[in-house]
Amino acid sequence: MASKQFDIKSYTGFKSITLLCLAVLYAPLLVVTIYSFNASQSLTNWEGLSLRWYADVFTGPESAKFKSAAWNSFVIAIIAATLATTIATLAATAMVRGGKFRLRTVSFGLISLPLMVPEIVTAVATLIFFNAIGFDRGVMTILLAHIAFCIPFAYLPISARMQGIEDSYEQAALDLYATKRQAFTRILLPLMMPGIISGFLLAFIVSLDDFIITNFVKGAGVETLPTAIFGSVKQGIKPNIMAISTMLLGVSVVMVTISYLVGKSDNTK
Amino acid sequence: MSDREQIAIDVRDAVKRYGDFTALKRISLSIMDNEFFTLLGPSGCGKTTLLRMIAGFEDVTEGAIFLYGDEIETLPPNKRPVNTVFQNYALFPHMTILDNVGFGLEMRGKSKSEARRKAGEMLELVQLSQFAARKPSQLSGGQQQRVALARALAPQPKVLLLDEPLSALDLKLRKAMQLELKHLQRETGITFIFVTHDQEEALTMSDRIAVMSAGELQQLGAPTDIYERPHNMFVADFIGETNLLEVSVDAIDDGRATCHLGGGHQLTCNAVDGIGVGAKVHMSIRPERLYMSGAPERDGSLHGRVKENIFIGTDITTIVALDEGPDFVVRTSNSDRGNKRIFEPGSEMFVNMELGAARLLVD
Amino acid sequence: MAGGAASGGSANTDTYKEARTWLLLPAWVTLSILVLAPVGMMLVYSFLTKEFRGGVVWEFSFAAYDQFFCDRGLFGDEPCAIEWTYVTIFWRSIWQAAAATLLSLAIGFPTAYFIATRPERMRPVWVFLITIPYWVNLLIRTVSMKFLLRDQGPLNDALIGMGLIDSPLHIVNTNFAVQLGLFYSYLPFMVLPIYAAVERYNFSLSEAAADLYASKFTTLRRILLPAVKPGVIAGCILVFVPSMGSFLAPDLLGGAKNFMIGSLIEEQFKGNAGNWPFGAAASMILLTMVLILLMLFARQQAKAEKAEG
Repeated sequence: MASKQFDIKSYTGFKSITLLCLAVLYAPLLVVTIYSFNASQSLTNWEGLSLRWYADVFTGPESAKFKSAAWNSFVIAIIAATLATTIATLAATAMVRGGKFRLRTVSFGLISLPLMVPEIVTAVATLIFFNAIGFDRGVMTILLAHIAFCIPFAYLPISARMQGIEDSYEQAALDLYATKRQAFTRILLPLMMPGIISGFLLAFIVSLDDFIITNFVKGAGVETLPTAIFGSVKQGIKPNIMAISTMLLGVSVVMVTISYLVGKSDNTK
Repeated sequence: MSDREQIAIDVRDAVKRYGDFTALKRISLSIMDNEFFTLLGPSGCGKTTLLRMIAGFEDVTEGAIFLYGDEIETLPPNKRPVNTVFQNYALFPHMTILDNVGFGLEMRGKSKSEARRKAGEMLELVQLSQFAARKPSQLSGGQQQRVALARALAPQPKVLLLDEPLSALDLKLRKAMQLELKHLQRETGITFIFVTHDQEEALTMSDRIAVMSAGELQQLGAPTDIYERPHNMFVADFIGETNLLEVSVDAIDDGRATCHLGGGHQLTCNAVDGIGVGAKVHMSIRPERLYMSGAPERDGSLHGRVKENIFIGTDITTIVALDEGPDFVVRTSNSDRGNKRIFEPGSEMFVNMELGAARLLVD
Repeated sequence: MAGGAASGGSANTDTYKEARTWLLLPAWVTLSILVLAPVGMMLVYSFLTKEFRGGVVWEFSFAAYDQFFCDRGLFGDEPCAIEWTYVTIFWRSIWQAAAATLLSLAIGFPTAYFIATRPERMRPVWVFLITIPYWVNLLIRTVSMKFLLRDQGPLNDALIGMGLIDSPLHIVNTNFAVQLGLFYSYLPFMVLPIYAAVERYNFSLSEAAADLYASKFTTLRRILLPAVKPGVIAGCILVFVPSMGSFLAPDLLGGAKNFMIGSLIEEQFKGNAGNWPFGAAASMILLTMVLILLMLFARQQAKAEKAEG
């Protein structure tokens, strides 16, 4: 090619910065993933590939702690995400299909409140609240806090999805003798499903990953994976932590990928 | 129309207001059983609002709507035995074609298998049986259109409402569908209420047309009525092409009005109730009702000069400037070129019109 | 517009108007009890008296705010002089958050711009690549960062191995490490709104500018930047706000010297040394600052929207 055409859109250096950006984002994750397979007892000396630290997670001295933490984490995440998604789906229906009403803006503010309030403030407030009403801290307090905190994360993809669905579908259903309830369950709900799945997965990850709120409202002796990891890391990074981190990382990546692929499949076209 | 004919839809003094805005200003009309009825008008004229009021998607602010004698305006859409073909078809994207067509039957309490069987029959009627298992997105626009039609017809509604159903199709397909719709209406004997902004489509398909503008009914009649005898300026201008000219009425005698145009040209128009001698009103005359000649042929011949000839395929449009008067548009059919003359630009000629071609209009 | 409802096919409609109260009720109840009420309770607690082993005594007191703002000498009986300890911590938090925001902007803007000018088909893939790390556990990300940056960590090993440096760079436990950690935590919040703004930008405006003899840089500065400003501001707010109240990055990467609000608050609720009313007061101050910031931002966005018509 003789000469590069003048391109109004491209600026020199932007591509390099983008690649640098990706490098910064992925390097730590990559490094930890690689070192989680290190056979060495020490952190930095590479002694070849091994799964010993993964075995250590399941059978080592800390395995009981991690097992119960993982169990807590997953149970809480599944229940919190399910309830948050249900609440968010109903709320989105009211917000997107409820016409104009006075409390609409207030409702939206309330729903997005957990996103606006700094997480540490939510954590403090929730702890104080449970303390004030005399609710003993434990798995239940974590679960309740997570349900509330997950609602906006579930709400956003669901309402975005719903806004993309024309109301002529429900109208066609009503025109064809469906009741409003039938129009909702038979037409709207299936069309919203990609948004609902995305919402659920994001809520699930948010719950699974949450450290700050959990750290405040968990009772003594109750751990989730992030709090257990934090406790271990406080005494220094150990290889088994890298193995756990890599597994959690895998869970997150899989979830987000599913959410992305589901979101991409547009069933209204 | 005989008195024995039943009224399918009777709209009585229907008013629709959105806040301060009045979308429909007290409309009354009766749509007959087994009729292909069209609501025609530009966008925003209220035609779709009226259709959606009949379907039940819009509340009626004032007035009443009757369906074969039963008052329906307070019923929700799912309690009205009328079905709609939506502008964008609104086929349920997550269901197969067969399930789409069977949906209404199922909602009316038919078993799933019964609904499917009937849906299959409907698909045969619109010749889409081979697509029964597909999803709507796998069909072309024209096919989706027919599925929407089959879906709306499957529960055997008393009245079928069609909301600009052909507007998304290309010209050729639209023409074909116009005929198909017309035939389907004849075959099924169901009353069709069709909404369109396309006057040609309305003229082609309808038994009767209601022309609407700005929330008001402008004229109601058979296509020939509307075209040949437009009642007012809006209808004359909206339907087809026309010469709209200001005239003064000089004399009225035996249903004929003698008028003159600017420049002193005299011509004879059809008199209309409510327009008296001395009135300054508008007159409409269709370009194809005019023809040109080298010499005056009758009293009404108007002298002028050709400004421009425009070839538009089937016709030639000639723009004529009358002596010291307004411009006229004259249309000569291409196939008529043997009988009727075309003049070169700049040449002098006379414009002639058939008696009764010029109509006075109320505003 | 009034006729809009009649045209069919609009998305915000009122099909479920009658049911909306019932549909919203679960969200209202959950969020009122679990977010709104707790924040109210926190306000109340900030005016109570501390209990020595954590918790509060139900006795009204200004002590928490007094402790925050007033230095009353060794014995606590002097008139109020300005107490700098906590103001300094807040100030440091703001400063650290601002630095992290600038870093995010410097890297995030070109990245967002680059992504937004890719072929349409490829854009979601790029966006996806940028957002994946965000969905990985923040704790794990921060720990990974620490592992990478440690004195004996892979980064220093690599740099020494390449002969670029002789002795390891001390990055962990510096302000810069915290900024890097915050940048890493919230970068997608910077990229996404800018990306959305640039994607909407009409590039024929740039072409018009170039046609009228503007250089590329001038076009960027005078034409593109004003057009995408709302996105840039949104990105800055979205990075700044969570950075200010963050806990993990300063705690794990900053060490004791680089104490931020998050750690200060956390400390008040852990163990016996805690002071709940003081923690609640510090949280209230943080929340107030954030809400004021968000309100200013909402005002600015509303103005920008109005200007766009």
